Parts: sequence; C-alpha cells; structure tokens
Amino acid sequence: MDLLLKPFQYEFFTRAILVGVMSGLLCGVMGVYITTRRMSYIAHGLSHAILGGAVLTYVLGLNFYVGSGIWGFGAALLIQYLTGRRIYSDAAIGIVTTACFALGVAVISTYRKFSQNFEAALFGNVLGVSPTDLWVVTGVTIVLLAVVFVFYRPLLFWCFDREVAQVQGVPVVAMDTLFALMLATLLVVTLQVLGVTLIISAVVIPASIARLLSNHFGYMMMISGGLGSVISFAGIYMSYYFDVASGASVVLLSTLVFGAVLVWTNYRRRANRFTASVHSKYS
Amino acid sequence: MESVLEVNHLTCGYQTQPVFSDVNLTLYPGQLSGLVGPSGCGKSTLIKAMLGLIHPWQGEVRFRGKRLRAGAPPPGVGYVPQVETIDWNFPVTAEEVVMMGRYRERNFLPWSSRRDRLVARELLERVGIAHVAHQPIGELSGGQQQRVFLARALVGQPDIVLLDEPTSGSDLHVQHELLHLLAELSQQGLCVLLSTHDLNSVATHLPWVVCFNQGIVGQGQPTEVFTPETLRQTFGSEMLVLRQHGRILISSDATTLLHELQSNLPPALQQRNS
Repeated sequence: MDLLLKPFQYEFFTRAILVGVMSGLLCGVMGVYITTRRMSYIAHGLSHAILGGAVLTYVLGLNFYVGSGIWGFGAALLIQYLTGRRIYSDAAIGIVTTACFALGVAVISTYRKFSQNFEAALFGNVLGVSPTDLWVVTGVTIVLLAVVFVFYRPLLFWCFDREVAQVQGVPVVAMDTLFALMLATLLVVTLQVLGVTLIISAVVIPASIARLLSNHFGYMMMISGGLGSVISFAGIYMSYYFDVASGASVVLLSTLVFGAVLVWTNYRRRANRFTASVHSKYS
Repeated sequence: MESVLEVNHLTCGYQTQPVFSDVNLTLYPGQLSGLVGPSGCGKSTLIKAMLGLIHPWQGEVRFRGKRLRAGAPPPGVGYVPQVETIDWNFPVTAEEVVMMGRYRERNFLPWSSRRDRLVARELLERVGIAHVAHQPIGELSGGQQQRVFLARALVGQPDIVLLDEPTSGSDLHVQHELLHLLAELSQQGLCVLLSTHDLNSVATHLPWVVCFNQGIVGQGQPTEVFTPETLRQTFGSEMLVLRQHGRILISSDATTLLHELQSNLPPALQQRNS
C-alpha cells in the first residue's frame, strides 16, 4: 500500500494529479462540443497559436494566463472573421495559427534562454505546476462547467443546427464568441499538462470514446468528462513508475482505451446482429 | 383577411450578385403554397430572407404587420431546413430534436422538464412518429427525419412554417404522406410554404403555387399557372403540359410524359396497358 501511495508523498505530484484530473474533465466535456461540431482542427491550431501569445506574454512581463488567454481568444475571433470572408475555415485556421506559432518561434530564437520553457510548452510539464496554477485551473474548471450547465440547451442547438437555432431565437453570434472564449480559456489552462503538441488528444480521444458508447449528447459529456479525468489520473500516476513523460503517458493510455473500446463496440455490434439474424431465422 | 407574412419589393444577393429582385408575395393563414423553381433559382435565399436570416438589399419582409429585422427572426415562424445540411451522426434522439424547438420557453436547466417532454411527445404523435421518440436521429428513415424536423418547427406553435425542399430525395409514398400532413395542418389554420423543384409528384398536388426563378414568374392554382409559357420562363426549357380529369402532368419530353401518364393510371389499367 505504501508503495502505491508513495508518489503522493511529493507535493508536486499531488498538484500534478489534481491539475491533470481537472484538465481531463474539462477537455472531456468541451471535447464533445468540439468533435460533434467538427472543430478538432481549430482546437489543434489554436493550441499552437497560444504558444505565440505565451512567449510574447513572457517577454512583455505580463500574466501568462491573461496574456495567452486574450491572444488565443483574439486568434479564434480572427479565424471566425476570415471564415466569413470567402476564405475556407481550414485555410483561415492554417493562416492564423501558423502565423501566431511562427511569431512565438521567432521570439524564442531571438531570446535563447527560452529553450527549456519552450520544451515544456511543446510537450507539457504537469509535474512543474505551482500552487497558483492549481488555483487557476480549479477556478477555470468551476467557471467553465457552470457555463456549460447554464448554456447547455442553446449550445446543443447551436452545435446541431446553427441556422434553425437562429430562427428559434438562439443568439448564434454570441454563442460563436462564447465558445471561442471557452476554447481559448480551456487551451491556456490545460497547456501545462500536455503541451501544444499533445493537448488535442485530451480533447478528441475521450469524446470519441464517448461517441462509441453513447448516442445521447448529455451522456456523452458525462462519459467523456469522467474518462478524461480517470485517464489523466492513471496516465500521470503510471508515468511515475514507468519513468516516462506524463503528457506522453496520458496520450498513450487514452489511445489504448480508445482502441479497446473500438474493438469491444465492434464485437458487440456484430454479436447483436448475429443474435438478431438467428432470432429472425428460427422464430 | 390579415396576412401572416408579406414580402414587399424584396431584392437579395450575395457579394455583388443579386439572387432575385423585386419579389412581392403575400401569405395568409391556412394557405398551403409551393415555391416552385429549378435548383439554384433563389428559392432557399428567398426563404432565408423571409425568416430574417439574411439582409435584404432592398425592400422588406413583414410578419404579422411588423417589419422583420435581419438577424433577429421573430417568434411564430417555424423552419424546416434542407436535410442535406444536417449531420446525421450527431448524438441526439428524435425527442431531443423536437425539444430544441422549445428554446424560447427559457428553461435554463440542462435537462428537459416534464412539460417539455409532454409537448414533444404530443407533437411526435401528431406527425405520426411517437414510436421513434428515443431513437437516434441518424437511425430514422428519410420520411421520419422530415417529420421530426416538422415537429420541431411546430413545437413553438408558429403561425407560419417554411420548408426548404422537404420532399427532395424521398420516395413517392413519403412525399404524399408529408403533403397530406401539411394539408391537414393548413386546414387547422397554419400557413405553410414549401419549396420544391418537383413538378409532378409535389407541385401539381398543391392548392397554390408560386413559380420562381430569380423573381416571381407567376402564381395561382396549378391548373391556371402551369402553362407551357410560365414553365418555360421558370425552368428555362420547353415543357409539355397534359391535363387529364383535372390533373396535370408535366415533362420536357413526350416519352417521359407518356411514362408518367402510365404510372399515374390505376394499377388495373397499368397492367392492361403494359
């Protein structure tokens, strides 16, 4: 038992687990909106764009969360603006996010002292979270979950059928802006867990597993959020014993769970089909 | 009689290209009409302008006498979009889709109230698909999906329902079932406008048609409006019109017209003729 609880003797590890669990929960819940609205690419691109904001924030001596959050929100709005101007959405994402990322790389290459932080930003450093980070992640988790709770109905309608939602009185432009803000906030606070290169997996994989298991949007959110938390917990915990990077451990574990659920759901579907055919043949 | 919706000298377009110009149209309670025209003639754009979804270049749309503000569709208007725009893999059930139409009821809780479920169930029963209420929307047949969207449009108790190509891609049986349902609703006082490019199986069965191609070419009862001249102006090609026992058959070539005639005969006569 002592061996199992050994990692929790370290305060930094307990903080990492708490931040990981909350990030997994948030990414899982938001991931359902992102995957059902087919916005995975924008989430992936925005995480890269935020790197540029993070670097500039550091150079200008501003607060990381505020600076990067505003930068990410601005990038999301810019993508929205360009998409409405005869530019295809994937092209708009490509233009804005790579430009922001390149700006970050350019600043980093000028200020050499960045190298270690740069690696942390790219691949995550959940074991390096400070008590302040823990408070910020806790606060953002509570606020974002409250927003999802209050705006569940209009966001669901907006997600499913934007045009009819507008006819029925949903303020769709406000929903676009609200979601861009939520997405930027999510990515900024969870960046430390997985980094810009791996964060998309925490958003996409639990939601995809939930889709395999449920046909109901609300249940999908619960399954995805729950799985995100459990996988983050297990991934970070296992990384201690296997001595691998925490971010990579979380991603590999979630991919493994996805594969297992995919095999199981396929098997179950075939078994159900076989049972139904036998029933219809002999009844 | 007071009109439900009035379109006055409406011109709309995208970028620098007008889609239609100077459209005048008045719709009344209990009126079942078809907006008939070829694909790409501006039917969907007109419907969107009537809903207040796009900014008109010129003119106005009035709903119950009040001028519509673009971007702010008023309560009392139902809309059934083209099914091609829907993601059928989306994880929602038929009942949930119908309950989306109750957004204006301002229920801030994520779960639906007993009243929401009751109203949704009543509507699904009214359109004849209560038995599929808990099935995912993607697992329903084309006809059932159309009825779910119609139920969603009706759940807010609208004065008018606009349907964009509701019969496209569905078979004759489904088309006729939907037309019967819409006729029933219009008899109860609902104003219904549906767009279609299907002349024989849809448009000729409607009591009122509006021939449309970048503007209104003609409107009235099908027997009056469907003349070779109006149809040529609407579809851009010569059309043959056959009137038989108060019914109309339309086609661009004589062979198809004969085939249509054959398929419209009673089954006993069809067998004898073949």
